[in-house]
Amino acid sequence: MKASKLNGVLALAAVLAAWEIVARAGLVNPLLFPAMSRILGSFAALLMSGEIPAQVARSMERAAAGYFLAAAVCIPLGVAMGLSGRVYRALEVVVETLRPIPPPVVIPVAMLFLGIGDGMKVFVIFFSCAWPILLNTIDGVRNIDRLLVDTARTFGLARGKTTLKVVLPAAAPQIVTGLRISLSITLILVVISEMIGSSDGIGYFILNAQRRLKIDQMYAGMITLALLGYFLNQAFLFVSKRLLHGR
Amino acid sequence: MPLLEVDALCKSYDGSAGAATLAIENISFAVESGEFVALVGPSGCGKTTLLMCIAGLAAPSGGRVAVKSKPVDRPPPDLVLVFQEYNRSLFAWRTVLGNVLFGLEAKGRSGTPAEERARRLIGLVGLEGFERHYPWQLSGGMQQRVAIARALAYEPEVLLMDEPFGSVDAMTRLELEDALLGIWKELGTTILLVTHDIEEAIYLSDRVHVLARRPSRVVETVAVPLPRPRNQVSTRAEPGFMELRNRIYRRIADAG
Amino acid sequence: MRAERRFNTAGVGLFAALLLLWEVYSRAAGIQDYLPPPSAALKALVQPDVARALSGHLAGTLGRFVGGYFLAAALAVAAGVVLGYSRFAYSVSEVITELLRPMPSVAIIPVAILCLGIGDAMMIAVTVYAAAWPILLNTIDGVRNLDRTLIDTGRTFGLGRLKILWQVALPAAAPYIATGLRVSLPIALILVTTSEMVAGSAGLGYFILDEERSLRPANMYAGIVVVALQGYALNRLFLLVEARALAWKRGMRTRGEA
Repeated sequence: MKASKLNGVLALAAVLAAWEIVARAGLVNPLLFPAMSRILGSFAALLMSGEIPAQVARSMERAAAGYFLAAAVCIPLGVAMGLSGRVYRALEVVVETLRPIPPPVVIPVAMLFLGIGDGMKVFVIFFSCAWPILLNTIDGVRNIDRLLVDTARTFGLARGKTTLKVVLPAAAPQIVTGLRISLSITLILVVISEMIGSSDGIGYFILNAQRRLKIDQMYAGMITLALLGYFLNQAFLFVSKRLLHGR
Repeated sequence: MPLLEVDALCKSYDGSAGAATLAIENISFAVESGEFVALVGPSGCGKTTLLMCIAGLAAPSGGRVAVKSKPVDRPPPDLVLVFQEYNRSLFAWRTVLGNVLFGLEAKGRSGTPAEERARRLIGLVGLEGFERHYPWQLSGGMQQRVAIARALAYEPEVLLMDEPFGSVDAMTRLELEDALLGIWKELGTTILLVTHDIEEAIYLSDRVHVLARRPSRVVETVAVPLPRPRNQVSTRAEPGFMELRNRIYRRIADAG
Repeated sequence: MRAERRFNTAGVGLFAALLLLWEVYSRAAGIQDYLPPPSAALKALVQPDVARALSGHLAGTLGRFVGGYFLAAALAVAAGVVLGYSRFAYSVSEVITELLRPMPSVAIIPVAILCLGIGDAMMIAVTVYAAAWPILLNTIDGVRNLDRTLIDTGRTFGLGRLKILWQVALPAAAPYIATGLRVSLPIALILVTTSEMVAGSAGLGYFILDEERSLRPANMYAGIVVVALQGYALNRLFLLVEARALAWKRGMRTRGEA
């Protein structure tokens, strides 16, 4: 185990060192590939100056709003569609029509209605996060053992209580799966929407750095995004483990 | 000269505490061409490890395995192993015919003659009409028949079988035993079969090596003088059969 | 899941009602400049010049999608089989993979623009990068979860390492690879359209954004209809091919669970 970890770290070090050497030796266009040390220096400087934290904060506000909105709408909706065939059939055509739309093309539509403000980004994130949460919730609810629901019934639980106390917990693992998929989609869409219509946020920052040819800053922004993605995922795993009692 | 020789074979594993655990201790025996030999022993006595070493799938820690006097250091070309877990060893993405053809392809055969041979083997194991079925569409016993046909397609001189009927129900087991004896008579392939079922070992083989566990070693070799062809009812009812069974049972119990 | 396909009256009814509501509201409120009625979008769709432009953009988008998706599949399956099979290769790549993976793939677009300009090569490159991840990780998973008995079976029949990879590991991992391919399909579509929007001068993504900016919302909606149809058709096609290719899996799962 330890030896294999060491291999990986060595490989990473080798790649970084090779990057540094190649860049310094002028073997590649320094405009495209600034030395690794410069990128990391720039990353540290942007971190200290508060530039990166501010941009990340803007992006995270939008991401959180869209993500939680999607969860708040789609989990109840998914439960309803999973439990009731009638509700499912009524909404099926609308869902199946909207779902194949690649989320980025919703950006222009949202821009028409909402301009290029936060509302547009929140809507786009909401739209793209909705599907994994919705479909996984429907699936999770449908795959619940009938026996569980019947058991609750024999205990005299009413329909609403059964849903809350039996259906939701039983479907929780799959709902969490949907939430996890949506989390990574959130990050993608926040970046895309900031690239296409924004004047701040980490996505805007990266594209803008590239356009102003501040390439070290562009890479610093990408490092930020990788770290962000990593920590969001870890945080999600931490929370979901608590939620699912270690399942 | 024996077809298969196992000479002073040892196998040890590195234990968690750094101490080596001896799994197989000094096993020696030989199998002559055309023989049907069984290894019988309690579960967990390292029978599978022993077969893996003979098949060249695991390296012994000491001693030597030779097929036709050639030492085994990789899976030898004249020998093939049939696993107990047919559901894990069959190729789920190939049909019955495809699985059997695999054995021929491995020998470099293809085309119409190969397919004809594969169909003959499928008939031999009693699966005619199931050529186009996928493994999951067959019962456990039928799947193991496919695995046997696939192994035979490789035209091995030695067929190693690791508890081949350990995962099927009792009735199917008896059927498969007779099917195997029929194939053995028809093709004359040398068979070395490992089982924990004493009666199965006696019923099938010419000779039984009795293994004890921890470490695995041969505690006795018993010749089976029962006449062939054997019969599930009359052979098992013979006094000699029961005598052998009791003798081997006591030997294992004493060693255990 | 759906045993029989009856005509879904309620579903179609609700969908039609929503469209009708939109149509009426748009006409009544006089806001056709940014919310044209659906009929206007449909009219735009069949207008010769719009239809011609759309089919050209569709062809471009499809071409980039196909190029990126298939290239990603080829590279990721090959790499995944090697990384799944060889512990050494996996351990060498693990840390780098873990660092790159959480980065949202669209962040690669600016780098790709720098290195490759704003042409097809750039768009295909970012598509390959993004679509490769799910395929790679699923292939690694599939090969790693390979049953030891299957490999030993290959070995006892005298197969060498390469042949075992090709004849045993690859088909055994096929269901996992298919999962990766299925996840990658919409991702590839997202990346193609995004790169067209961010830096393209052609393609459906570009068309939709451009029509929005030129205040021709009816055309924009026409473009969205085409993009949705494209996504739907590609998904159906995928499921069709998958069902064919993995016909041997059919029924296996239900049997295994029983």
